[in-house]
Amino acid sequence: MVKLAAILAILLVPSLSLAAEEAAASETAAPLDYQAWHAHNDVGNLSSLQRGARNFMNYCIGCHSLKYLRYSRLGTDLKIPDKEVQEYLLGPGETLGDYITTSLKPADGIAWFGKQPPDLSLIVRAREGSDYVYRFLKSFYIDPTRPTRTNNLMLANAAMPAVLSELQGVQEAVFKDAIVDGVNTKVFDHFVLATPGQMSPAEYDDFVRDTVNFLDYASEPAQVSRTFIGKWVLLFMLALTWMAWLLKKEYWKDVH
Amino acid sequence: MSTPNEVTKPGFWGWLNKRLPVDSFIKGSLTEYFAPKNFNVWYFFGSLALLVLVMQLLSGIFLAMFYKPGAATAFDSVEFIMREVNYGWLIRYLHSTGASAFFLVVYLHMFRALLYGSYKAPRELLWLFGMIIYLALMAEGFMGYVLPWGNMSYWAATVIINLFSTIPVIGTGLVEWIRGDYGVADATLNRFFSLHVVAIPLILLMLVALHLIALRENGSNNPDGIEIKDKKGADGHPLDGIPFHPYYTVKDIVGVCFFLTLFFIVVFFVPTMGKLFLEPANFEPADALSTPNPIAPSWYFTPYYAILRAVPNKGVGALLLLVAVLSFFFLPWLDRSPVKSIRYRGWIFKTFLTIFTISFLALMWLGLQEVSTVYVWLARIFAVGYFAFFWLMPWYSRWDPVKPVPERVTYHG
Repeated sequence: MVKLAAILAILLVPSLSLAAEEAAASETAAPLDYQAWHAHNDVGNLSSLQRGARNFMNYCIGCHSLKYLRYSRLGTDLKIPDKEVQEYLLGPGETLGDYITTSLKPADGIAWFGKQPPDLSLIVRAREGSDYVYRFLKSFYIDPTRPTRTNNLMLANAAMPAVLSELQGVQEAVFKDAIVDGVNTKVFDHFVLATPGQMSPAEYDDFVRDTVNFLDYASEPAQVSRTFIGKWVLLFMLALTWMAWLLKKEYWKDVH
Repeated sequence: MSTPNEVTKPGFWGWLNKRLPVDSFIKGSLTEYFAPKNFNVWYFFGSLALLVLVMQLLSGIFLAMFYKPGAATAFDSVEFIMREVNYGWLIRYLHSTGASAFFLVVYLHMFRALLYGSYKAPRELLWLFGMIIYLALMAEGFMGYVLPWGNMSYWAATVIINLFSTIPVIGTGLVEWIRGDYGVADATLNRFFSLHVVAIPLILLMLVALHLIALRENGSNNPDGIEIKDKKGADGHPLDGIPFHPYYTVKDIVGVCFFLTLFFIVVFFVPTMGKLFLEPANFEPADALSTPNPIAPSWYFTPYYAILRAVPNKGVGALLLLVAVLSFFFLPWLDRSPVKSIRYRGWIFKTFLTIFTISFLALMWLGLQEVSTVYVWLARIFAVGYFAFFWLMPWYSRWDPVKPVPERVTYHG
């Protein structure tokens, strides 16, 4: 059901007959304060990860897959019982051992958005950490020149529509005149919330943080156990180094 | 060969040694192999290089059990290792961190040789074997980097293989022959896999054996650059020598533990080492239509990459890159100084070595940056510093005001 709802949401976004119109040079993308936003997510925070997984299944999976992650692995790592995974997360006909895939057909993706929406299994690692995705999901703004009617500060002329605007509300970006490298141009100044969404800005930030946190987990599911094991390995190594040092000192007493 | 008056030991040990020289090997290489007693921390890196080699072989064997060479399968199989193979992530991080650790340790090992003149007579062949190991390691590192088939793998392979196209006449054909296709493709990946897991490791092992045999012949140099075999005691052993086992085995274990502690900090807590060991672009599959910006090779190649980029003409740049690497080979014959160790060299050599060290590190940093006019000029300046160390050495090493070398090594127990 959730997948269906997400697909419907996308279908309702106007004028989806986009082609890849990435060519137009963007005079909009001059980084300002949004570059200082940080996700500050914590992959050790289980409830945040669970909320993030829920958000992903409600809003992202309509178009995006996590093709390297199985539902069963997600359930185990996020401590969601199999029964609940089956009931709330699995799509029709899917089983626990399946990878998390979207039902959007690649050809449809290309026809509607100009490109296939990317798999998000590794997006956090490929974008140098969670901050990029966090900023991306927060910086959609109205741009009537775009087929989606929206644009994005992090990814100029993004093919992705502002699917989360029902939650965040609709933002307008205010640009100001500036001189960059001796050229008169417009740089981003601030956002104005033109139409409020279902969430307050703080609630939306938490929503995005949880979602990004989940994607961070998905990009390397082993990372929590990695640091856990690492601490024990280091303790062991310190003890071993100390003993090796004592042994060396004992033997080298004889060397003059 | 056992001599008539040699008593055969009883039991299995005796039986074995009559057939295989285990005992004499242990004596000759460990318990009665005398090494200078004044080794300092710089002398850890040889044994550490051997350790990393073994770790790479072992982790590589396990990776190859799950890795699937092929343009359509490689990237997915690496993620399979990272996610679904039990402790696959650990094996992969050990291997990827091990690659960088290998170069770090080898660079420090080489720097030790520069500090104490370890390449000088009678250790020229030892040095040359070491340098060929370094070349083989570069090939091994480069091909291994291509195997995950990420986007940086793909583009690094494209750029590096294209360097061969600058060779006159045969260049273009040679590049196609190396790739096995008109671009970097499935065929390239498969042959790199074969070379990475079979051919080059075999060559490496053979070279390491030669390196160690050559080392044993004259024994190690030391921080004083004195031949300890020149001063022998009544028992025929060098006065300044101590048996490798137990003294240096227990000492090297300390070095190994210390090294592994640092190594595991990277493996478990910062396996990407902030883009240096695993780059963000390599978490996206190879894409011939999307070029990562900037394309940078791994940090251990960037000094040479910076030299390549500093020259406007690609052919000349590639030639200088080659000369930069090969310059190391000539060191034993470029150095005309009567002393080996930096402890007894004069200010001229020390100045040139400092300039070289700064230049090498600066070029390494510059090679990781995006090109800009200022950086290109800086790279040119540091490239001059790099080459000056080698090719002015025949003169400055002779003019260098050296200090008298002591009779015996300095050791403060």
